[in-house]
Amino acid sequence: MGVDRSRMPAVGDDPTFRFPAIVRHRLANGLQLRTIEHPGLPIVTFVLQVDGGSGADPAQLEGLAALTADMADEGTGSLSAIDVSDAFARIGGDYDVDVAPDATTFTLTTMTRFAGRGATLLADIVTRPSLRQDDFDRVRQLRLDRLKQLKDLPPAVAERAFLRLLYGSHPYGHLSIGTDGSLQRMVRGDVARFHASTFRPSRATLVIAGAMGHDDLAYVAQQAFGSWPGGASGTGSVAGTGGERLAAADSIEPPTAGAPRLAIVPREGAAQSELRIGHLSARRDTPDYAALLVMNAVLGGQFVSRIMLKLREEKGLTYGARSGFDWRRGRSPLLVQTSVRTAATAEAIRDTLDEFEGVRGSRPPSAQEMALAKASLTRGYSRNFETGPQVARSVAQLALYGFSDSYFEDFIPKVHAVTADDVTRVAGEYLDPPRLTTLIVGDHAAIADSLPSLGLGEPRILSAAL
Amino acid sequence: MTQIDLPFAKRTLTNGLDVLVHENHHVPMVAVNVWYHVGSKNEHPGRTGFAHLFEHLMFEGSEHQNSSYFAPLQQAGALLNGSTNSDRTNYWEVVPTSAVDLALWMESDRMGYLLPAVTRERFETQREVVLNERRQNYENRPYGLATMALSAALYLGDHPYHWPTIGAADDIRAMQLDEVQAFFRAYYHASNASLSLAGDIDTERAFELAERYFGELPAGVRPAAVRAHAELTHEIKLLLEDRVEMPRVYMAWHSPEMFGADDADMDLLGDLLGNGKTSRLYRTLVYEKRLALDVAAYQSSREIAGFFLLVATAAPGHSLTDIVAVIDQELQRVATDGPTEAEMERGAAQVEAHFLYRLQTVGGFGGKSDQLNAYNVFKGDPGYFATDLERYRSATRDSVRAAAKAYLAFDRRVLLSVVPAGQPGLALSGSEPVLVS
Repeated sequence: MGVDRSRMPAVGDDPTFRFPAIVRHRLANGLQLRTIEHPGLPIVTFVLQVDGGSGADPAQLEGLAALTADMADEGTGSLSAIDVSDAFARIGGDYDVDVAPDATTFTLTTMTRFAGRGATLLADIVTRPSLRQDDFDRVRQLRLDRLKQLKDLPPAVAERAFLRLLYGSHPYGHLSIGTDGSLQRMVRGDVARFHASTFRPSRATLVIAGAMGHDDLAYVAQQAFGSWPGGASGTGSVAGTGGERLAAADSIEPPTAGAPRLAIVPREGAAQSELRIGHLSARRDTPDYAALLVMNAVLGGQFVSRIMLKLREEKGLTYGARSGFDWRRGRSPLLVQTSVRTAATAEAIRDTLDEFEGVRGSRPPSAQEMALAKASLTRGYSRNFETGPQVARSVAQLALYGFSDSYFEDFIPKVHAVTADDVTRVAGEYLDPPRLTTLIVGDHAAIADSLPSLGLGEPRILSAAL
Repeated sequence: MTQIDLPFAKRTLTNGLDVLVHENHHVPMVAVNVWYHVGSKNEHPGRTGFAHLFEHLMFEGSEHQNSSYFAPLQQAGALLNGSTNSDRTNYWEVVPTSAVDLALWMESDRMGYLLPAVTRERFETQREVVLNERRQNYENRPYGLATMALSAALYLGDHPYHWPTIGAADDIRAMQLDEVQAFFRAYYHASNASLSLAGDIDTERAFELAERYFGELPAGVRPAAVRAHAELTHEIKLLLEDRVEMPRVYMAWHSPEMFGADDADMDLLGDLLGNGKTSRLYRTLVYEKRLALDVAAYQSSREIAGFFLLVATAAPGHSLTDIVAVIDQELQRVATDGPTEAEMERGAAQVEAHFLYRLQTVGGFGGKSDQLNAYNVFKGDPGYFATDLERYRSATRDSVRAAAKAYLAFDRRVLLSVVPAGQPGLALSGSEPVLVS
């Protein structure tokens, strides 16, 4: 029987979305524990999230949180860095550490039969790292050398410069790796102090998702992390290097003015112009989150969006362009990222600015765009929670932002409730085109003549030095 | 040891399309995955980049969905993408269970009815997009041209792996619409494709749907297998200047083809030499002697042939010559003594975990639907998962040692030094400048 090709098959009813049960526990030392049963493959994932990331770096010591996190698997007890790596490999462990603006997150995935060994190893390196001088010297040097290499990577240069332009000297205003100067200044004692003040059970959440029962998961956690000494709580702040208390990054209001409208990091002979266009906007815990996601989906948050269609599908100026929020607890950047043909730099900037302006008022989302944005945000939502590691990381996010355990199940109805008026309202509230900063990492000489036509004033010239 | 398995059912439609189904109802999603057995190896010198440009055009519309493929699939909540390499092109969607029909309708429409929608305008726009992709991912990226230089040196002239999958920039610019159409007719049809569905779908229903949407499509002519031979007869030393801070050395050898004899041994060898801090070269070069900032080693196996690659970036103040001396010493040692028992045990645990972790997702690159198609297309056996795992489990200290000795000869390799622009003296001595375009 032939297929009717005159029209596409209709999509059936949306599947019901259910998030697995999260069981909360609290160890005697104050460590928050959340367990999730993830049946199927004999795999278990541990996510240990510590409150305090690059936004907790003391001034002048940017990069301290990341270096401290990096030192965890450099040795513990009698184990050297090589021994730790070997121990992970022997349980087929997949170990990773991520230092984000608000938190440091250690993730270990292993096979369930090694759950106990994995948890103990993770607890040992995170709570009792050796922090030896020789390892510190080597790791710091590797990071200094990495910084040198990043100077040649346009996306890294752009990210570093853009954070600085938007946040200035605010604790969110630097890359987690820090700067050459700050890393040069750092000594082993800084790491030890940061570790002692930040890595405490009262500041941490352990999430475990695996093919085991809640009780077994909790038992494994208790065995491995129960002996982590508690001590005083350091809620919301971390001790600086001199022992003084610093406020958490999200409680410090970032600057609202002062960022230039146009800036350039010259890169002579660059094959493309790397662009960042945006400004500071909402916080992750804003009640307008769902409406902002819909707005972003229309603007440039997905393939079929205004910016992508304009820059790539209509004009072929780029391989890809994307808008989005770089979410944090505090005010977060809303930005467009793209890399465009050098000769089309000004055109791509003009088109992007035009789309920001459009979604804010002159061209509000159509009914069709609203439907597309909402459907793409909700219908495939369960895809984000297919694997144990995905589930464990998601639950850690709930802890990071203080969201309820029903957060993910509430998400879909919240998106469905967003109206076009909501999008126009949040665009008006969180998007301010005259305040947008445009950063170019590209061949200044080749594009200089085209920039005045943008009407953004004289560009501020920045250095690629990290 | 854990029982690790990837169960499936297979049927072949009368037009030659293989259909593979894997049921898993954990999440209400279905992965739809289509492989075409065509890649840049099916191109010719001076006419490169077709397969990859085609991948772009396949998203721009077909006769009955004569506009972007993204809009209706995104509207259905799908995640979708495609990729091209030297050997194959794949396209996939992960859709809610409620949208399986839609995904199959669309995949079948572009398999059977693509050309009426390939207009000059779409072709020219995507050509610009690809040129942007090439600049962004290769030309504007540190060390981005190194692998192109290596492939060109390992595989000479008209060998199908001589050119990069994205194509030469001049070839992309010179492409004509009618050539693109001819390329489609030669390779994109049912008998040269494999369809897999994995996830929340009943096996019988999956076969019915496959028959409904793809059964009517013409079989097409199955293209002849591409065969080629390449060997090195001496050591080749090349030099590439780039916008980089640190010199880096690449060492490449010819090695077994995918799933060939010794392929798994070479893979294990890559792990023990360069994977993680516990690997031999990380330990000596980065941890102990601190001559290098990073090191990597792996077997890159492809359909016709493989190559084994070692990469190390010099730490400031240290030379590539010093690094190569240490690497050579380690290569000599492993080819003489083989791995230790401890290294084999560690390798076995990592292999088991790796195969297990691969079973976590139904869709996307490397998910279960993609693996079934890979085994089906390259081995003619979607059930090869178990045999594949067994290849690694049966490796021994001696088989790994023998593979190192057989393939990693000093007098049959390519040494490429990538050095900061204007400082050719930082390359290994005797290196010849190479041009990459």
